[in-house]
Amino acid sequence: MMLIPCPHCGPRNENEFTYGGQAQVAYPDDPHALDDAAWARYLFYRDNTKGLFAERWMHATGCGKWFDAVRHTTTYEFHEVRRVGRMLETESTPGKGPHT
Amino acid sequence: MAEQLPEHPEFLWENSEPKSSYDVVIVGGGGHGLATAYYLAAHHGITNVAVLERGWLAGGNMARNTAIIRSNYLWDESAHLYERSLSMWEQLPEELDYDFLFSQRGVLNLAHTLGDVRESVRRVEANRLNGVDAEWLTPEEVKEVCPILNIGEDIRYPVMGATYQPRAGIAKHDHVAWALARRAAELGVDLIQNCEVTGFLKDGERVVGVETSRGRIHAGKVGLCAAGHSSMVAELAGLPLPIQSHPLQALVSELFEPVHPTVVMSNHVHVYVSQAHKGELVMGAGIDQYVGYGQRGAFHIIEEQMAAAVELFPIFARAHVLRTWGGVVDTTFDASPIISKTPIDQLYVNCGWGTGGFKGTPAAGYTFAHTIAHDEPHPLNAPFSLERFETGFLIDEHGAAAVAH
Repeated sequence: MMLIPCPHCGPRNENEFTYGGQAQVAYPDDPHALDDAAWARYLFYRDNTKGLFAERWMHATGCGKWFDAVRHTTTYEFHEVRRVGRMLETESTPGKGPHT
Repeated sequence: MAEQLPEHPEFLWENSEPKSSYDVVIVGGGGHGLATAYYLAAHHGITNVAVLERGWLAGGNMARNTAIIRSNYLWDESAHLYERSLSMWEQLPEELDYDFLFSQRGVLNLAHTLGDVRESVRRVEANRLNGVDAEWLTPEEVKEVCPILNIGEDIRYPVMGATYQPRAGIAKHDHVAWALARRAAELGVDLIQNCEVTGFLKDGERVVGVETSRGRIHAGKVGLCAAGHSSMVAELAGLPLPIQSHPLQALVSELFEPVHPTVVMSNHVHVYVSQAHKGELVMGAGIDQYVGYGQRGAFHIIEEQMAAAVELFPIFARAHVLRTWGGVVDTTFDASPIISKTPIDQLYVNCGWGTGGFKGTPAAGYTFAHTIAHDEPHPLNAPFSLERFETGFLIDEHGAAAVAH
């Protein structure tokens, strides 16, 4: 079982977390502008990296928040975690934060 | 002294040196790669074939699966493919002249909720329409097939019935690989171990060979059978695949007298169990949720699997786990394999079998060899194309088969 460093709660057991796959996959700006191949790429194609991989986790039985992590997919070692939308926290106006 | 040593055993195949050129190069010497080479040689007369294996033959998922063979899939496309596979399993021991202990002891897929029951009965009817042997059994009938199962109503997930496929079973996976390797080698296929593909030779949008750790090899056609590492190999050719690789674990107990006469699977509680010919109880779990290439998974997955197994089979409570291991499985988003041409000419891909590739070994080899030989898919694998992710014609076996194979 991996010990996952939740950026909000600290290190917790892996079975408290839900996995969210590759991080930073942006929703297309204009989905209607995409052809079938590009839409398929968005829906079904994700990096499947052997090595350092940026991915999302959610601390389901803790703070319930999503965060990004960089983990090695062979050693399973966590190299870095960062809160989602940290930039937005300081720059957003009230009511327009990352979780609204 | 040396002359007193026993004779070396008879080797089943030659360890070939790579030649500079082949008609077809298969990347990956697991069950699917060996089966593809065998069918290329046996059915299509293409014998100038090399199987390149990074490690040793059948040392990946072919040596790590729980050896279950069945064809009770929900959708027509899957049922046709896996049923062909099952009927080929029934022929293969004779065809390959090798008794790999194919044992048609049946498989029970347990239902624990009303939702399970409805899905199961639907699948039984769908199976029958597709010529797959299938029955719906009540808990009492389940108990007759597998007396050690706990069908009491006072457990967390009581058994509300099961689907039963009598023709399903298990086989000894390493012997299957050896049988295929021996016959492929006899037909002229070069089996080349310790040979890692490090790049592809291209002529425009056409693959013309591979770079390997043992030198450059020209090829008329290249077929990928790299399972959990398919993405890595395909990336070398500039081909993205809709695959995520996950750890999948299994375990065995110490040896016991025969107690378990069939194969029992439960998608709901994530366990599947059979008893190997030697006597070990063989159990598989679900995949670990994250992308992983470590060939190991988390212990809590094993723990949950054992808890489920002990509840279903109370007599397992005193059994000891002898060893656990993991493999790397290539999952797709619809839990169905990809056996397909690719946008790159003369490059073909067989991957995405996820947690259920062993049972598909004969059909994978048969249809992939056809696809390579004719440069077009066999009707059985035409629906399992890469394009389905663009056209939307997915073969969504998640509900019916994804958890447990």
